[in-house]
Amino acid sequence: MAGTVAGAPAGREDDVLEAAARWRREGRGVALATVVETWGSAPRPVGSHLVIDEAGSFLGSVSGGCVEGAVVAEAAEVIADGAPRLLEFGVADATAWQVGLSCGGRIAVYVEKLN
Amino acid sequence: MDLSLLEELNAERAARRAAVVVTELGSGRQRLVKAAAVEADPLAPQLAEALRTGRSGMLTLGNERLFLAVEVPAPRLVITGAVHIAQALAPMARLAGLDVTIVDPRTAFATPERFPHVEVHAEWPDVVLPRLGIDAFTAVAALTHDPKIDDPALIEALARDCFYIGALGSRRTHATRLDRLAEKGVPRETLARIHAPIGLDIGAASPAEIAVSIVAEIVGELRRRPAADKRASEPAASGQAA
Repeated sequence: MAGTVAGAPAGREDDVLEAAARWRREGRGVALATVVETWGSAPRPVGSHLVIDEAGSFLGSVSGGCVEGAVVAEAAEVIADGAPRLLEFGVADATAWQVGLSCGGRIAVYVEKLN
Repeated sequence: MDLSLLEELNAERAARRAAVVVTELGSGRQRLVKAAAVEADPLAPQLAEALRTGRSGMLTLGNERLFLAVEVPAPRLVITGAVHIAQALAPMARLAGLDVTIVDPRTAFATPERFPHVEVHAEWPDVVLPRLGIDAFTAVAALTHDPKIDDPALIEALARDCFYIGALGSRRTHATRLDRLAEKGVPRETLARIHAPIGLDIGAASPAEIAVSIVAEIVGELRRRPAADKRASEPAASGQAA
């Protein structure tokens, strides 16, 4: 039963997966980012989603704000070339520190294009 | 991910049916496995376990790394009693991610004006609850103080194994309620599942404060129970304190 409130109930305006489908149907380029692994004190649980469109608009969260900027930037490339990417963020990683996962955790985020 | 797969997944979620998206991280290949089709899947044991815990996670099979994205129905809260506490509880529960439904046969109470953005049924619980298909992903809060309304809801909630069942009322009121429900044939050990007086004991006084205590208690049941199940299923050798 855990993880059942990872997203808003289906059918609601703020539901990330509903928004992803809606945006794509509207013809926007869309990428879906999903937390696939966490180590230590990660801010959002495995399975959390962030949806990003080609203009950089996004809904949802994969880290509670720490690395969203970096994920949004990578998502633009995923939308452009169609190839999925597995991103890791953590304090051991200089880039991650710059984008600010300051809670001390590490997370892996899978970013894929919505076709 | 293909839009068609996502839309199929969203249809399952809207219908309150569980499903798993299996992604091969190496190749990006994906498939949707609906709960009803899990047994026929090559990964049946792993998918069944993922659905049981509701937890998404990685799975390594030989050289292949798979991600299982588990989508179980959003938890739901059914409130009997379109009362003052319910007016505070409904929006708070929505913020906490629960789908809220209010049931009260008193048409003066159960109005959409009093409960914007909430599904309201001006009907008797024993009529409407079977139709709503309340389940193990549903919490039930009985708030009317009226046995004619609350008792049938509590009986239905216990029968459907709702993950949280709470009832408003003092200890004395609750003792009377337990006797009444036992007379109606509900076993005493089953009745022990009812949280009463409802809500965590935080000294809540106002309706809004009582609503906070109820939401906190529901979240506790939602989040702690699966962790306890998991501990119980792990071998004793790994059982150091978490």
